[in-house]
Amino acid sequence: MSTFLWVVVPYVCLTVFVLGHAWRYHYDKFGWTTRSSQLYERKLLRIGSPLFHFGMLGVVGGHVIGLLVPRSWTKAVGIGDHLYHVVAVTGGLVAGVMAVVGMAILIYRRRTVGPVFSATTAMDKVMYLFLGAAILLGMWNTIAGSIFTLGGEYNYREGVSVWYRSFLAFQPDAGLMADAPLGFQLHALVAFGLFALWPFTRLVHVFSAPVGYLTRPYIVYRSRDDQQLGSHTPRRGWDRINK
Amino acid sequence: MRVMAQMAMVMNLDKCIGCHTCSVTCKQAWTNRSGTEYIWFNNVETRPGLGYPRTYEDQTKWKGGWELNKNGRMKLKGGGRFKSLVTIFSNPKLPSIDEYYEPWTYDYATLTDAPAQEHTPVARPKSLISGKNMKISWSANWDDDLGGSTETAHRDPMLAKIADKVKFEFEQTFMFYLPRICEHCLNPSCAASCPSGAIYKREEDGIVLVDQDKCRGWRKCVSGCPYKKIYFNHRTGKAEKCTFCFPRIEVGLPTVCAETCVGRLRYIGLMLYDADKVLEAASTEDEHGLYEAQRDVFLDPFDPEVMREAEKAGIARDWIDAAQRSPIYALINTFRVALPLHPEYRTMPMVWYIPPLSPVVDVVQETGEDAEDKGNLFAAIDALRIPVEYLAELFTAGDVAPVDAVLKKLAAMRCYMRDINMGREPDASIPAAVGMSEEEMYDMYRLLAIAKYDERYVIPSAHTEQAHSLEELGTECAVSEYGGGQHDLFGEGSGTPTPIAVENFEMLQDRQTSDSLAGPENKRARVNLLNWDGKGSPPGLFPPKGPDS
Repeated sequence: MSTFLWVVVPYVCLTVFVLGHAWRYHYDKFGWTTRSSQLYERKLLRIGSPLFHFGMLGVVGGHVIGLLVPRSWTKAVGIGDHLYHVVAVTGGLVAGVMAVVGMAILIYRRRTVGPVFSATTAMDKVMYLFLGAAILLGMWNTIAGSIFTLGGEYNYREGVSVWYRSFLAFQPDAGLMADAPLGFQLHALVAFGLFALWPFTRLVHVFSAPVGYLTRPYIVYRSRDDQQLGSHTPRRGWDRINK
Repeated sequence: MRVMAQMAMVMNLDKCIGCHTCSVTCKQAWTNRSGTEYIWFNNVETRPGLGYPRTYEDQTKWKGGWELNKNGRMKLKGGGRFKSLVTIFSNPKLPSIDEYYEPWTYDYATLTDAPAQEHTPVARPKSLISGKNMKISWSANWDDDLGGSTETAHRDPMLAKIADKVKFEFEQTFMFYLPRICEHCLNPSCAASCPSGAIYKREEDGIVLVDQDKCRGWRKCVSGCPYKKIYFNHRTGKAEKCTFCFPRIEVGLPTVCAETCVGRLRYIGLMLYDADKVLEAASTEDEHGLYEAQRDVFLDPFDPEVMREAEKAGIARDWIDAAQRSPIYALINTFRVALPLHPEYRTMPMVWYIPPLSPVVDVVQETGEDAEDKGNLFAAIDALRIPVEYLAELFTAGDVAPVDAVLKKLAAMRCYMRDINMGREPDASIPAAVGMSEEEMYDMYRLLAIAKYDERYVIPSAHTEQAHSLEELGTECAVSEYGGGQHDLFGEGSGTPTPIAVENFEMLQDRQTSDSLAGPENKRARVNLLNWDGKGSPPGLFPPKGPDS
């Protein structure tokens, strides 16, 4: 069972995540968008969206540090467990609260503002369910697990993080995850569910974060490309005759 | 010198009667899809008025276009790249749907479904945004023909700038129409604002397009464009804009708005310009100098040096020919009667306007004087400072002199031609008074008054070896309604859009330019009157005649 949950499921989700994005990008560039609803409603979005997005950037950053940086590294540069814990919990709480509040505003907006609600697809709703569950479970782990230490002390840096790195290194150690508290297990499972859904939702816009804007020239000129008939790759059977 | 070609348009506002045919045909051709209900690539505004979206010209509010920073360098008025990315999660300067208008349809079914009753059933307006019953309170053209009534005039941003000079007296009201499409700027701030780099200027003809596959719906272009001519399709989540009807232009046909213009007031042609000088010209410190600076960017297509450089830059010989015959070049540089719209935005717009003269003439006529007499008309233009200053706010960043000069030329042309039409001896002093020769004045008259289709639209077709790559590059139909794409899974219009077939436009052009009748002669055909171009009477238009007749 633990092999299924902590080896098979994660790798299946990862595969779907990678292949799904490749497929979506290949076949549905036109649908690859944020699908903003700002045109319908502005005031709630003005507060909720930056809160949520900046909160999520913090949350993701925290996960990268927490999951990918081994305990020995931070020790080597002189950051003790206590200091690390205080920084992680404070940062995690601030980012998490921002994300939760932002998400609450956004979901309230999505449900109550008529045009926004009617522009919500079934896929959006499923995605919200997983995203919301993942965020709430994560908050639960931070507050209940790390601050009030309900259900005993657990240092994820010795358990979940090590498993995650072993997972990325394709040598998964399922036992580490099986021993983790239920809150962490559920959080990880929901998160992997979200990753599997990711390529089929509007979340793909995360990978369009336009950082290239900082360096590209202001005005883009484009000319014909002899190799391509249009901006779309021609379908099979529509190859050019004269090369 | 880096020569580039630009497809450009000039509109003669003197002739615009505000019939909105251009808007309607454009909408039928391009924005009749769901998600684009509120979008008008072409709209006709009554000036003074609020415009569409409301008060779009107020850049202290909307922050569109460019401005100079302290060092005299160009920067986006909405803020630099970093600020743009930091505010990406909720664009602070995006007009909401209310600033445009909430599109609606009518519940027509009640008209036929309603049971027999005492009162006539009515079709109630239903919002196309929320689907609910709504009260119509604004539209793309709500202040049409009002000429800035007391209700709205004080909110016209251009009128506000000259408020001390314009009195809202009923006797002094004036109005004219301003048809607007995308300006296809030489220095487009929409493209510069796009975080994804999806908006591009075509090297071949300068048409500015949105790559629908690259657009990610950040909406920064909508804020960046000072003319608010980029729109957000709220169903597909992508930006859309006027395409200068590129599939038609590529086969040598004018845009839909120009083709269907009842007043024949639009001119389309090529301009050659020096791409190396654009930035420098746009950075001209004095706003009043921007009009002249932009004129300096344009190159003389008759200059052998320019022709040589153009050919070196890969511009085909027939395109250089077209640039020489371009009515746009004549109106902008030879006769100097066309002016850019809001040069102070520093985007170097490429849809120019001949300011309207008619209200001036009318006012003189009402005084009982001969309106087209030279002395009276010139005096009237000087006396009627109010409209001239308003026009200057629109076309020359507030500099009255160039507008004055244009109006005098147009007035002089009327006086001069009047003598000719009345069979009197033409008076060479009239053109001389505005710095033109008699030949020039007559040429200008021909171009403005009687130029035929092929003189108004000098459009070299894209080279066939390029045609394949030019087609279907830009804004395309989100065709989920027509069988392409998927409806619900990822949002409307997902999947691969159906490309625009260039063949259709080539067929249309063949038919429009052929000398023969529209229908095949040996077949008994039904005639589609909507496609009939008025040439002859194609077979099938009338029932076959009987044997005795």
